[in-house]
Amino acid sequence: MNDFEHEHVETDADAAVTDAAVAEQVRLERQTDEGEQLLTQHSEIVVTGGPWPEVEGESQTMIINMGPQHPSTHGVLRIMMELDGETVVRAKPIVGYLHTGMEKTGEQLTYVQGCTNVTRMDYASPIANELVFSMAVEQLLDVTVPERATWIRMLLAELSRMASHLLFQASNGMDLGAVSMMLFGWREREEVLRVLEKVTGLRMNHNFVRPGGVAADLPDGWQDTCLDVCDLVERGIGEYDDLLTGNPIWLERMVGVGVITKDEALALAASGPILRSTGFAWDLRKTQPYLAYDQVDFDVIYTENGDCFDRYRIRLYEIAESIKIVRQCVDMMPSGDYRVQNKKITPPPRARIDESMEALIHHFKLFTEGFRVPAGETYAVAESPRGEVGCYMVSDGTGKPIRMHVRGPSFYNLQTMSTMIENRMVADGVAIVSSVDPIMGEVDR
Amino acid sequence: MSAVLAADPLLGGDIDLTVVLIVIAKTVVIFALLLVLVMFYIWFLRKVIADMQNRVGPDNAGPWGILQTLADGIKFFFKEQSIPDTADRWVFRLAPYLSVLPAFLAFSIIPIGGKVSIAGHQTYLQLADPPIGVLFLLMMSGIGLYGVMLAGWASGSKYPLLGSVRASAQLLSYEAAFGLSVVAVLLHSGTLSTRGIANAQAWTSWHSFVTDWYWSVAIVSFVIFVIAAVAETNHPPFDLVEAEQELVGGFHTEYTGIRFAIFFLAEFMNVITMSAIAVTLFLGGPSGPALGFLPKTGVVNVWLMPIFWFFLKLMALLFGTVWLRASLPRLRYDQLMDLGWKWLIEISFLAVMVTGVVVVARDQGWERWIAVPAAFGGAIVILGLLRMCMPRRDEPVSEVV
Repeated sequence: MNDFEHEHVETDADAAVTDAAVAEQVRLERQTDEGEQLLTQHSEIVVTGGPWPEVEGESQTMIINMGPQHPSTHGVLRIMMELDGETVVRAKPIVGYLHTGMEKTGEQLTYVQGCTNVTRMDYASPIANELVFSMAVEQLLDVTVPERATWIRMLLAELSRMASHLLFQASNGMDLGAVSMMLFGWREREEVLRVLEKVTGLRMNHNFVRPGGVAADLPDGWQDTCLDVCDLVERGIGEYDDLLTGNPIWLERMVGVGVITKDEALALAASGPILRSTGFAWDLRKTQPYLAYDQVDFDVIYTENGDCFDRYRIRLYEIAESIKIVRQCVDMMPSGDYRVQNKKITPPPRARIDESMEALIHHFKLFTEGFRVPAGETYAVAESPRGEVGCYMVSDGTGKPIRMHVRGPSFYNLQTMSTMIENRMVADGVAIVSSVDPIMGEVDR
Repeated sequence: MSAVLAADPLLGGDIDLTVVLIVIAKTVVIFALLLVLVMFYIWFLRKVIADMQNRVGPDNAGPWGILQTLADGIKFFFKEQSIPDTADRWVFRLAPYLSVLPAFLAFSIIPIGGKVSIAGHQTYLQLADPPIGVLFLLMMSGIGLYGVMLAGWASGSKYPLLGSVRASAQLLSYEAAFGLSVVAVLLHSGTLSTRGIANAQAWTSWHSFVTDWYWSVAIVSFVIFVIAAVAETNHPPFDLVEAEQELVGGFHTEYTGIRFAIFFLAEFMNVITMSAIAVTLFLGGPSGPALGFLPKTGVVNVWLMPIFWFFLKLMALLFGTVWLRASLPRLRYDQLMDLGWKWLIEISFLAVMVTGVVVVARDQGWERWIAVPAAFGGAIVILGLLRMCMPRRDEPVSEVV
């Protein structure tokens, strides 16, 4: 029993009640915007945990809410900032404005339907979410997907990564006032989405990667489409590089802003470009290869400074790496099935339903009840554009998971914001939030 | 008297009704011209930026969407004008007008044409030519600041407050560099009157472009003037005052309807006025080569060509502002201050000193090839010494691995 608890036991009942009331009062004050919140330097506390230190006396600071309705908060993120002049003394992200209970919804959906749900979490790179969900289900089912399906998944994942990083380039440029960058980024992203649309039928929320493989085979002429878009995006990122990387204003705004160290990033469970920007070359595609990433040649981009500029460059060069992988996928795409030929998992082809009673029954059963998954629990991970996206799944042997949790990298990365933003200016805050690149759908799930 | 001034605004001396009518006519024309120019500039801006960003831009209202601004203006008139509860109502209402009036007034002393004859009266194509001309410009740009500052303060809201604090700091510090860069022109021309400055840059031959126009004679001041003018008008990349991504709308966050439109109008009008001032001070105003095959005193050469040259130069500068808007990211508040105080003000001081030496050398008949390089050399040495005294902040750029 430590000192604190000991003291607590010794106080008499009345005092305890008063203490509780006071504590409640303090808690309520902390919950309101204007209350004297989190007051001093607290980098260590953000990283290691612990209560906020209290300060005495009148403070000359102003509390300002950036969001949930604000032009640069990437959806509905709310950042409560305490300003001393234009300097941010403290900032804390407040999340939950986009919470729709998707994880809970996942428990009501069959494994066949599950993909439609998870794909809406990280809406900027939906394939990554579908991928981890499918991988988790496959691990529980203990099936191995055909090689072609693996490669198709890898192709789509990289296209999706390109689209997501292009979106980052666009929004990052916009947040720093380079408005043309926004439209340039969207221009190339649109082309990538067009390819995804050609393959999956939808620009976003594809529901294409499914347990057991993918929904359909690649369309005719996909090789040319993919190679064309690779050339186009390659030219595009060259333009961004010309436009921004050497721009003195851009450098002034980005270099040395939002610095985070390797230890802090690791302590806060950051992953993806934020972790790599600190000199820690952690990319799940290399460190624990999934799909066929061990068979393609690409580099892990990492830098040493851990500032906004590094994160911008990492994402820019990762687009080039993705292009490299897509080109290899086009060259090395194996032939064969695009999904497992297991009648209990994959629905029969449409034509078979007209001919075969069994096929009709299977089809009906699959799309009403889904398939049963052996009891057990598993965790599948993949490297999404934002970091480690994971899916933890518990099955009790029925057609629906009893627990489905998605580790959204944005949620963890968002924690690093408070550390990075401290003692910087408001404008830096915008640059930092932008460089964290949170997708609120994934944060709130 | 009435010939020196465009017309005596105080109606003193020998002035008949014709002169008064001419002045009224000129006032109306200038007012309308400025409004039409703003309308055109906004359309031009949107079209050019759209082109730079692979978009179409406005194309529905009128031919090529040229009436889009008019449509926006009409829409603004019919919108609700809300005032926040916490606002200082009187100041809140006053602020837009404080901001728009100086922009109008400053334009009145811009010479947009040559000396013409209207109804038997010789007069300049400009509304007024006060002897304090350039000081009047500085005055007006100083008053324009109050509109922005009071708007932010009177809104009684946090983001506008931050915006107006930024505005005051930014405008005050850039006012200094702005004023100092104008001094070089005044030293060269020896007059404060805008007409006098324009006349000093009159077109005599093709060499005038380099030898008479002040952009080349006072090149350093010209560069500083352009930078400071961009900052004075809150134009990107110095638009921190309204930085949409940081302060939502800055000082005009709480403004709606026509009051917002008036701020908008003032902002673009300031860009036009500043460009016109730059044309007057540094680019020779309405001067330019005449059409030699037409009579020297004909309508085309007396009326049209100066106006043509003035607007051509104005358009070139306005295109430059659009280009800036399309391509540059925004500076941060402290970086803006650094640029203003650590670079622009000291360089413009040195530029004034160098100009002084050059002008004295010219007047005293000193050897120009010794005096001018010596002055430049001295200025660069002083600048170097000043820079050495300043604290430096170097951020390392790491290598991508």
